[in-house]
Amino acid sequence: MNNEHRDRLITGFIWFISSLVIAVLFWLLSDLVQHGIGQINWQFLTTAPQNSGRNGGIAPILVSTALIVLVCLGVSLPLGIGTAILLVEFIPHSSAWANFWGRLVRLSLDVLAGVPSIAFGLFGNAFFSKTLGLGFSILSGGLTLACMVLPILIRSTQEGLSSVPEDYRRSSAALGLSRPSILWTLLLPAAIPAIIVGILLGLGRAIAETAALIFTSGYVDRMPESLLDSGRSLSVHIFDLAMNISGGEPKAYATALVLVISLVTINGVISWIGAWFRHDF
Amino acid sequence: MINQSTHISINESILIWILRILAAISGMIVLLIVGFLIWEALPLLTKIGLPRVWNDASWHPASQEFNLVPMLWGTILVMAGSVCLATPLGIISAIFIQYYAPPTIALIYRRMIELLAGIPSVVYGFWGLVVIVPLIGKIHPPGASLLAGILILTLMILPTSALVVEASFANVPEAYLRGASALGLGRWAMIAGVVFPAAKSGLITGVILETGRAIGETMAVLMVCGNVVQVPNSLFAPVRTLAANIALEMAYAMGDHRSALFVSGVVLMSLIVLLVAIAEVINQDRSEQS
Repeated sequence: MNNEHRDRLITGFIWFISSLVIAVLFWLLSDLVQHGIGQINWQFLTTAPQNSGRNGGIAPILVSTALIVLVCLGVSLPLGIGTAILLVEFIPHSSAWANFWGRLVRLSLDVLAGVPSIAFGLFGNAFFSKTLGLGFSILSGGLTLACMVLPILIRSTQEGLSSVPEDYRRSSAALGLSRPSILWTLLLPAAIPAIIVGILLGLGRAIAETAALIFTSGYVDRMPESLLDSGRSLSVHIFDLAMNISGGEPKAYATALVLVISLVTINGVISWIGAWFRHDF
Repeated sequence: MINQSTHISINESILIWILRILAAISGMIVLLIVGFLIWEALPLLTKIGLPRVWNDASWHPASQEFNLVPMLWGTILVMAGSVCLATPLGIISAIFIQYYAPPTIALIYRRMIELLAGIPSVVYGFWGLVVIVPLIGKIHPPGASLLAGILILTLMILPTSALVVEASFANVPEAYLRGASALGLGRWAMIAGVVFPAAKSGLITGVILETGRAIGETMAVLMVCGNVVQVPNSLFAPVRTLAANIALEMAYAMGDHRSALFVSGVVLMSLIVLLVAIAEVINQDRSEQS
C-alpha cells in the first residue's frame, strides 16, 4: 500500500513538473505571437526601416539575411559533402595512415561543433574582416557562418551515406562500375534526403545566429548593394532594437515573430522529409 | 564503403584528391580558429604577462587593468545555476515523454520541445528582457541579474537536453523493460532501477552538451544579466560573463583592449576543449564496456 502511495506521488510530481515546463515555454511563444502578429503585414516585409527601426519594415534586413545564408551554404555545402564522402566511403578501407588522418578530421569537427558562437565571431573578425581585408561585410558574415554550420552538414551527409546498404555498393562494383560512378549514380542520390535535412538544419542554425555576426557582417540596415557591403541580419536587428533603441520593442517583437515563423517552417519541412523518407524505405 | 579495387582510374584519383583537399580544409578550420585567437591574444600576453589577467585590481582596459576573474565567475555561476536547474527538469520531461504521457500527449509535448530547441538565443534574450527582468525587478530591483540569466539560460538549454536524454531512454532495450515488469516492478522502480543505469552515458552526454552551451551562450545572457563587472554577492546582483564582455566591447576595442578580449576568447575555448575531452573519455569507456 505504501509503495502504491509513493508511486502515485511520483506520478503526480512528474506530471506537475512537465506541465510547468511546457507552460513556461508556451507563455514565451504566446507572448511573441500576441505582441508580434498585429504588426506583420506585406508593408512590414517590403519597406525599409525608418527612425533606427522604430518605424517602417525590415525589407533590407530580409535581403541581407538571405545573402548571408546563401554565402554560408554556397561555401559549406561543397566542403561538407566532400568531407563526408571521404570520411565514409574512402577512408575506412584504405591504409592505417589514411585512417589516422580520418580520425584527426573527425576529432577536429567534434571540437568545431562545440566552439561557442562568440568565438566564431572573434575568429571571423580577425581572419575574414581583418586579415583577408573583407571588412564588415555580408561575405565575412557568411564565411564565418559557413565554418559554424560545417559540422552539422558533415554529420547529416555521413549518416545518409552510411545508411545506404553495403549490398548496393557490392553489386554495383560487381557490375563493373567505377567508384566515382557508383558515387554519382547510386550513393549521392540515395543520400539526398539526409543532405537536404543537413542543409535545413544548417540554415536554421545560420538564421538563428547573432553573436558570430555582430562583428563580421555588422549593423548597417541599408539595402546591401554587393556582398562586400555590411548587412544586418534579422537576429542582429532584434538585438539592436531590444538593447540600443528605446521604443524599439514593438518592432523587435514583430521581427522575432518573423524569425520564429521561418524557423518553425524549416523544422516542419525537416520532420516532413524525415517522415517521407521513413515511409519510402 | 566502396571496396578498394586493384585498378584505380585517373578519374578516381582526381576525385580522391579533390575530396582530400576539401576534408583537409574542413579539418583545419579548428586549427585556424584556435591559431587566430591565440595570435590576437599574444600581443597583450607578451607585454603584460599572463598572471596580470587574474592579479590586476579590476577590468579597466583603458587604464591598462585587465582582470578577467569577475567575468570568469559570472560565466561559472550562470553556467552552474542553469545546469543545476535544467538537468533535473530535462530528465523529468524526458521521463514524462517516454513513460508517463499517453501517446498523443507525448507526441505533442515532444513536438513542442523540438520547436523550442530551435528558437534562437536572441529571441530568448529578448523575451527575458521584456518579461522576466521586469518581473524580477518587482521583487528585487534592478531585475537584470544573475537570477535572470540563470532562468533564461535554463529555459534555453532545457529543450536540447530533454531531447538528448529522451533519445537515450528510447535506446534502452525493450527486453530490460519487459524483464523489469515481469519481476513485478512498478513504473518508478523500473525507471530508477533499470532505465537510469542503462541510459547513464546518454544522461552524461546531455549534461556535457548543456554545460558547453551554457558556457558559450552570449546573446541571451548579455540581454538579461545587467553586465556589471563584479563578483555577484546575491542572486539579484547584475553580472557580466566572459562571452557577454566580448560582445559588448568588441565593437570599439582597439590595441591592448582588443587583445584582452581575444584572451577571454581563448579562455572560453579552453573550457570547451576540456569538455569535449571529458566527453571523449566517457565515450571511450562506454565503447570498452560494450
